[in-house]
Amino acid sequence: MSDAVLPLLIALPLLAATLPLLAGLWFENAGWPVAMTTSLLVSALAGWLTWTVSPWGTTGSQRLVHDLAGYPAPYGIELVGDGLSAIFALLIAVVAVAVLVYGRTTGPQTDAFYSGYLLLTGGLLGMALTGDLFNLFVFLEIVGLVSYALIASNDDGQAAYGALKYLFLGTTGASLYLIGVGYAFVATGTLNMRDMAIELAAVGYTDPLVQAAFGFVLVGFMLKIAIFPLHTWQPDAYTHAPDTVTAYIAALVSTTAAYALIRIAYGVFTVQFFAANPLITDAVLLVASVSIVVGSLLALLQTDIKRVFAYSSVAQFGMILAAIALQSETALFGAVIHLVGHGLMKAALFTGAGVLNSAYGARTVADYAGLAKRAPITSGMMAITGLALVGIPPSVGTLGKWFIALGAV
Amino acid sequence: MTESLFAVVTTRHAYVLFVLLSAIGLYMMIANEHLVKKIIGLNMFQTGVFLFFIASAYRVGGSAPIVEAGNGPYVSPLPHVIVLTAIVVGVSLTAVGLALSIRLYSEYGTLRADALREVIGDE
Repeated sequence: MSDAVLPLLIALPLLAATLPLLAGLWFENAGWPVAMTTSLLVSALAGWLTWTVSPWGTTGSQRLVHDLAGYPAPYGIELVGDGLSAIFALLIAVVAVAVLVYGRTTGPQTDAFYSGYLLLTGGLLGMALTGDLFNLFVFLEIVGLVSYALIASNDDGQAAYGALKYLFLGTTGASLYLIGVGYAFVATGTLNMRDMAIELAAVGYTDPLVQAAFGFVLVGFMLKIAIFPLHTWQPDAYTHAPDTVTAYIAALVSTTAAYALIRIAYGVFTVQFFAANPLITDAVLLVASVSIVVGSLLALLQTDIKRVFAYSSVAQFGMILAAIALQSETALFGAVIHLVGHGLMKAALFTGAGVLNSAYGARTVADYAGLAKRAPITSGMMAITGLALVGIPPSVGTLGKWFIALGAV
Repeated sequence: MTESLFAVVTTRHAYVLFVLLSAIGLYMMIANEHLVKKIIGLNMFQTGVFLFFIASAYRVGGSAPIVEAGNGPYVSPLPHVIVLTAIVVGVSLTAVGLALSIRLYSEYGTLRADALREVIGDE
């Protein structure tokens, strides 16, 4: 019975997404209460899920599985709640509530915005909980579509341009992922993640079809995560989106894509794939390292504060990609901690930047000079979060980077 | 070498077409400066991917997958379902892309990406 929480977590925000528009026909400003109630409910469900699958919960660190429409696993679509997916579901729910609190005063106050917000939450939760490769593509595209629309909801042409650029690159990424899934499907005849892991081992990890499948999936996700040579959509999209949307998207969209890559790399292709293909592993490590260095350098060169944070994301996700290719348990543990920590820190930084922008019109690094006198609390919090992002102990940034570095040596 | 190439073209032509369609679509999306043509290129790229899935479902002598006693073999129904879903996704993407293009046109009066870059001062 307890596995009913999995479809509920996805269906609740998706169904509630229709309510702000419907209620808008009769009431004014109905969007925020609906979105807040739903997000709180989702948080409670996600918290309960995390507790249940944790070692102290009722199932004792077992995975929860729900077969959609009652079709059993390799044939139907299954939703999976295990330790990893529950953490990300909880992260999504908590950030959704936190950003909504901020959006109460700042955000676009239209009903359509809150509908989009709930759709995005539902799509992200779907990506976190699905156990089926094609179902993941569908949720990936739901998240993509709603992100484009939300980014363009700012009232200037540049936002539309940024969103269109993101649309071209994001769709190409998702289609490349679909080609990868197609190759893996032709090789194994299944789409269920667990089942495919078994079948792929039977086909052999050095089979060219399997290697090509992984290559397409990897490049597709690199576009979605914004790893260095494929990051060009990210600064434009983040800079011109409304502040509320930037905080939400920067915290969660790339993070969930990176989570999906971890799940596919280790849950489907498994660590033996990396061991059997040293060339692929080295290439991923190289790209990830370049992304860390170049992302940081580009962040240094920017003057707009939102662009600085956007390029910093490129560097941080390079670190996470490197941790994936290191094939070490310690590094992977660090990657998960850093993903969660980075999501929370980026949400805090972008909301801080939004507050300073709406209160004092400060958008560039030069504008920030002397702001600490006028807004001591906001600036202080941003400074602390910035230090945590750099990795000054004792912060979550240190912890993640420490374990990634420990896994690398 | 030429013999094997010949065999690929004659027996695997659907896959050759998939590579061609996808590559041409992708190139069109990157190289063409017109926003609507970029969207058409994107559609072509996706259509190529759909063709790949449909081709992978085919079996020699297979009939439509409506199960009756002793009527096999059937073509695989799963890729068809996947393509149906992916088409829906593709259509909504096209709609969003075109809507954004309309907004850009009403704002800047052009649909050319190079002109837009000049006006906006990208990078």
